[in-house]
Amino acid sequence: MTRRLARAARALAGCALFALLVLLALLALPLAAGEAERPFLLLASTTSTRDSGLLAELTKRFEAESGIAVRVLATGTGRALEHGRRGDVDALLVHDQESELAFVAEGHGLFRCEVMYNDFVLLGPSLDPAEVFALASVTLALRRIAERGARFLSRGDDSGTHKAERRLWRAARLDPRAERDRWYLESGNGMGATLNMASELDAYLLADRGTWLSHKRRGQMALLVEGDPLLHNPYGVLALNPARHPQAKLALARRFSRWLLSPEGQATIKNFERDGQPLFFPVAKQVQQSCPPGR
Amino acid sequence: MGDIIEAFSTALGLILHGDPTLLEIVALSLRVSGAALALSVALGLPLGAGLGIARFPGRNILSALLNTCMGLPPVVAGLMVYLLLGRSGPLGALHWLFTPAAMILAQTLLVTPIVAALTRQVIEDLWEEYAEQLRSFGIGVWRAIPTLLYEGRFTLATVVLAAFGRAISEVGAVIVVGGNIAHHTRVMTTAIALETSRGDFALALGLGMLLLGFAVLINGGVEVLRAGMRRVGA
Repeated sequence: MTRRLARAARALAGCALFALLVLLALLALPLAAGEAERPFLLLASTTSTRDSGLLAELTKRFEAESGIAVRVLATGTGRALEHGRRGDVDALLVHDQESELAFVAEGHGLFRCEVMYNDFVLLGPSLDPAEVFALASVTLALRRIAERGARFLSRGDDSGTHKAERRLWRAARLDPRAERDRWYLESGNGMGATLNMASELDAYLLADRGTWLSHKRRGQMALLVEGDPLLHNPYGVLALNPARHPQAKLALARRFSRWLLSPEGQATIKNFERDGQPLFFPVAKQVQQSCPPGR
Repeated sequence: MGDIIEAFSTALGLILHGDPTLLEIVALSLRVSGAALALSVALGLPLGAGLGIARFPGRNILSALLNTCMGLPPVVAGLMVYLLLGRSGPLGALHWLFTPAAMILAQTLLVTPIVAALTRQVIEDLWEEYAEQLRSFGIGVWRAIPTLLYEGRFTLATVVLAAFGRAISEVGAVIVVGGNIAHHTRVMTTAIALETSRGDFALALGLGMLLLGFAVLINGGVEVLRAGMRRVGA
């Protein structure tokens, strides 16, 4: 009797296990099958546009109007461009004019249109050991930080902000290196994570205004230097070149770019605020005429 | 301290509200890791059992390799799958990159060695114990595998749980191949990483507590099942 019971239970357990496995594997199927349902654009962009919430607002409105879903892959500008070079995305919304133009010149990008801009700000501990508060020149501020050996935290990740920071050091005729200068540190992390670190380390850092304003954990950090024309931070939208990347969805990329530069897109950018402050500014009207090129 | 208390109330608030975005993230986490686990068990159990019983030259090297693969860093697994699935990669035509399917593949790659290596150990020990007995019944090596798997079921259940824990808690692989795309490839761990980088530690920790809560539920469920099976005498 017990033996028969044991055998029945064993068979039952075996069946149950098998059924469970099949059920779990079936759960994966709708994930794969759901892919082809709706047209979507794969957009590589930066953490600054995501973390500020602007990108969610833009893609929501664009989707409501066009029925095209935008899947946003938020990384640094350097990595976003690398995704583009590999042909793994359809379009880019990034902020490093120099490497964007190089991307188009190399034949990876078909066009680059300037969409909006904001600015970088120099942040640091509110005690301000290097005494850079309210300096009009960011290069002067950086020189002072270097002279005093005050701690500076760089992104060190080849992002748009990191490239801008390195340009500013060059403009200040300085070349701090993490392997040489003890006060110069590299986080190798995104903007938000680097802000968290700087706050714990009492370090100075360069950040975009949008991420700073929307960051939840500012601690003892303060905005110290702003308004220098060198801190201008333009964002461009790029579509992949079909000659190089035939699989990229050029029609959708063009449609998204055109919408970003349309009155609705530009108004969405203009009206996006955090604590009553605008985070991004649309580009001037005359630029919109010629961009994006073609139909 | 204030952060930790806030995290508790955030976690509680999230659960009580049944926030739809949160439910979507949790559901995707369970589907991805569940599917990866199912594939890993389907591949790893027979592989491990076979390796535990069979005797052939190079078997020790294979076992050592398998054990090494248990320590595969998730980011490396993610990178391998990325290169495989990228549009210029050998499987680029599938268009799986930045979809849940890629995440399932990466987690399967990560978890299968764990299932296989631990199963091998369990089955090898049981085989040493029962080999003579089974032979005396005239049961051959290959027919012994189901019997041994059945004998080791309680230990193997723990193996499967450990594998699931690894899959659902890793962030390195899914963030590389999934991209943490909102409403599409965002799972609990990548959402936690995102909120941490945004400086919303309370929300991040709240999500983390939710993840732990699931682990408790699953482990508790298995414990109950196990007790039930013992009582039946199975």
